[in-house]
Amino acid sequence: MLAPITHIHPFTSIRRERLLPVPGRVLVRKGQKVNSTDVIAEADLSPEYLMLDVARGLALPAQKADQYIQCKVGENIVEGDVVAGPVGLMKRVVRSPRNGRVVLASDGQIFLKLANPPFELKAGLPGNVYELVGDRGAVIEATGALIQGVWGNGRVDSGLLHILAKEPEDVLQIDRLDVSLRGSVVLSGHCFQREVLAMAEELPLRGLILASLDHGLIPYALKTNFPIIVIEGFGHLGLNSIAFKLLTTNEKREVALNAEPWDRFTGRKPEIVIPLPAAGELPVLREISVFALDQTVRVLRAPCPGKIGKIVELPAEPVPLPNGLFAQSGEVRLENGNIVVLPLANLEIIE
Amino acid sequence: MTTSLIDADSLLAIDVGEINTRAMLFDVVDGRYRFLAMGSAQTTANAPYNDIWEGIRMALDRLQTVSGRVLVGEDERLISPTRTDGAGVDKISATISAGKPLRVVAVGLLEDVSLDSARRLAATTYSRVVDSIGLNDRRKMEARVSALQRLRPDLVIVAGGTEGGASQAVHKLLDTVGLACLLQPESQRPEIMYAGNTMIVDEVKSALENIGSIHVSPNVRPTLETEQLDAPQVYLSNLFRRLRGRQIPGVVELDNITGGNLLPTASAMGRVIRFLSQIYDSSKGVLGVDVGASATSVAAAYSGNLSLRVHPQLGLGEGLVDIFQYFPVEDVNRWLSVEVSNEYVRDYLYLKSLYPATLPATVEDLEIEQALARQMLRLAIRNMAAESGQLGMRFNLGMVVGFEPILALGSVLTQAPLLQQSLLILLDGLQPLGVTTFVLDQNHITPALGATAALNPILAVQVLESGALLNMGTIISPMGTARFGTPILRVNMKYDGGNEIKLDVKHGSIVVMPLSIGQTAQLHLRPLHRFDVGMGGAGRGGRIRVTGGALGVVIDARGRPLRLPAEPARRRELFKKWQKALS
Repeated sequence: MLAPITHIHPFTSIRRERLLPVPGRVLVRKGQKVNSTDVIAEADLSPEYLMLDVARGLALPAQKADQYIQCKVGENIVEGDVVAGPVGLMKRVVRSPRNGRVVLASDGQIFLKLANPPFELKAGLPGNVYELVGDRGAVIEATGALIQGVWGNGRVDSGLLHILAKEPEDVLQIDRLDVSLRGSVVLSGHCFQREVLAMAEELPLRGLILASLDHGLIPYALKTNFPIIVIEGFGHLGLNSIAFKLLTTNEKREVALNAEPWDRFTGRKPEIVIPLPAAGELPVLREISVFALDQTVRVLRAPCPGKIGKIVELPAEPVPLPNGLFAQSGEVRLENGNIVVLPLANLEIIE
Repeated sequence: MTTSLIDADSLLAIDVGEINTRAMLFDVVDGRYRFLAMGSAQTTANAPYNDIWEGIRMALDRLQTVSGRVLVGEDERLISPTRTDGAGVDKISATISAGKPLRVVAVGLLEDVSLDSARRLAATTYSRVVDSIGLNDRRKMEARVSALQRLRPDLVIVAGGTEGGASQAVHKLLDTVGLACLLQPESQRPEIMYAGNTMIVDEVKSALENIGSIHVSPNVRPTLETEQLDAPQVYLSNLFRRLRGRQIPGVVELDNITGGNLLPTASAMGRVIRFLSQIYDSSKGVLGVDVGASATSVAAAYSGNLSLRVHPQLGLGEGLVDIFQYFPVEDVNRWLSVEVSNEYVRDYLYLKSLYPATLPATVEDLEIEQALARQMLRLAIRNMAAESGQLGMRFNLGMVVGFEPILALGSVLTQAPLLQQSLLILLDGLQPLGVTTFVLDQNHITPALGATAALNPILAVQVLESGALLNMGTIISPMGTARFGTPILRVNMKYDGGNEIKLDVKHGSIVVMPLSIGQTAQLHLRPLHRFDVGMGGAGRGGRIRVTGGALGVVIDARGRPLRLPAEPARRRELFKKWQKALS
């Protein structure tokens, strides 16, 4: 059976394709060194238009008004520029009320595309531009530790990692956040209080890594201006031991957070990268696998969500679960020594 | 080019679902078409594979193992037609429901007329209407153009103008659409489906064909009083196939091997339901429901008139994260026979939306999944009540009236550990009135039959008659008012062998009368206290001939509409009691 994989790896080479959702302008060149927050491409995602009724403004029929249009398609216009006229004794003119670019000019109308700030695509991880991808973006290459999460609020930033979680199940309380954490990326366990996120924003933090988040905080988390990455999911879940160990042993290191949402079609997940200098040949992480004995897996759902174990048995036939369902399953030895039988559909490989 | 399936002996049907890909084999055995075997595997439309053929190949491998028939050659290609050594199949059909819902902008003249029809047309396939533009739209033209570009729809459906009616107004709407398309790079432009006044088609084409890809279908609203979705729905299915071909690698190849006959899964199910409505009792309609990961679909047909609704927002997969826009968490919790907090239910839903392919491994999680299925069905049925005419009336008050049989698909129903659980989900979710029969498609072959029905109706008919679908049983659901515990229905079942069962059914109970599959009996129903069993009005009873199902004959006298106790402990007790009564 095909096995999904989540990467939690101490040292690997990482290549990530960073693409605009629509064609735009690529701002970097091949080989260029970038930081995670550098803008590598930009595009107009939310175009805004303005129609200027020149015919009405000049009090002329549409066809006649065309003769008095003073701008061409493609021309950039500044607020106040005369775009049509003058006409008549009073020298009537039509002026542009906003900055923009002329996209259409005919039938007595001018259609302006307004100059709005473009969407900026950030690198997402510190590294080098490995290759450019047309007018959509670039592939960034880096080396270091990689931890993938399951949910992110879409922001990108980086900072020094501070560990606030003494145990993987710790709850982030407001009194743990103080001014000394300003500008840091903080790791904690579970967050269920809105006030905590508000305080984090006020400090401000440069990023927040959580094991789990109360689902009620999702709308607020989506609006914060710093990246939030959730590694396990929603509800009170503790951080899995592999991620906990990897992150706690990298305290005070620079970490980059790309909290983009998990997109199943492209496979992009929210990611934490701890950049480390390349040394020798690095393992290439595979993306395709099947379940096999001795693999390290994470349990995705009840009865033991977030727990890590090893596959010790793979029955050939579907087995009955406690609720009566039959499923292709595996026997997993958890870190506490218990062996549980779980559907393979509820496991993912961690490597 | 469409190829004919007539004279074909064997058929391979492939269904690419959101979670599972299935390969099904049909062939002639003893002179009649039969469903022989199925292989299934995970769908591989998403990363890291991004090619549905990986999943199709694995499903074919399993089918080969189960059936013993070689289907794939050494060149890794499907063998078609059948070889002299028996390897391969003669024809191939396919259906698909995988992929995100199409993003659709509906454009029409009047809100309650053409714009509504455009939205209803969109709802016949896997799509979400992300914006609507009508004549009365208060936004300025430039704001509408901006919205069309910002939303990046896959498809714009333009309806409006009855036959010989409004044309100027339609042109005005098309100006907005045309302008939005013109200002976008060609590769970003949506497909445009024109389903309005056909008298101005030439003008519409000349206005738009240099700007976008325009597809003309019959008018979805030929008169103010008439809505015609059937023919435009076919065009929409074709567009769906075209768009999926661009979005998901491997779809074009799948469509090619079927000779251009790839269908959306829900449309294929709809075909079967329509077909059945033409051959069964004309006084009753036929209903099909599919509760899947990508959507809950409902197909209702009455004498060949089909109403198909696909609800991607009511799927049991990724979309669950938004489900509380449609009902509160308490509406899920109320169906549970185990005690779990609302918090646990919410956490379950969010985790399931993160991992849609996972299975419920605990009793609690299974109950939540089955409770969700009930809610999806409830909502889908309520939406059907908005239909006009005869069909709308049959879903009045959120109950289902006058359909037989009711065909059900979806893993939550077909893979339930106990058939009784599947039946309870259907009874609670659909709340049928009167007499009906539930049929369970345990192998998900209904869409396959729909995909081939138009070209090889013999195969579809013979497979349906072969018992490939499981008759769950005849269900009798009386409606009326009485205190719980009051006898409301006197039942006398006379078996063909001569035995007889007589019993009085009490209000609030659910009763099973044994009648094996294939066994027949005469059932005499005598409602008491003016209860209605759908035999001509309150208090009217009669005799019907019934054929046994896997669960016999079930009398659901729990009340219609089903009212659950407010007190959670009492409610849980009742669920356990009902489950026990059915087992």
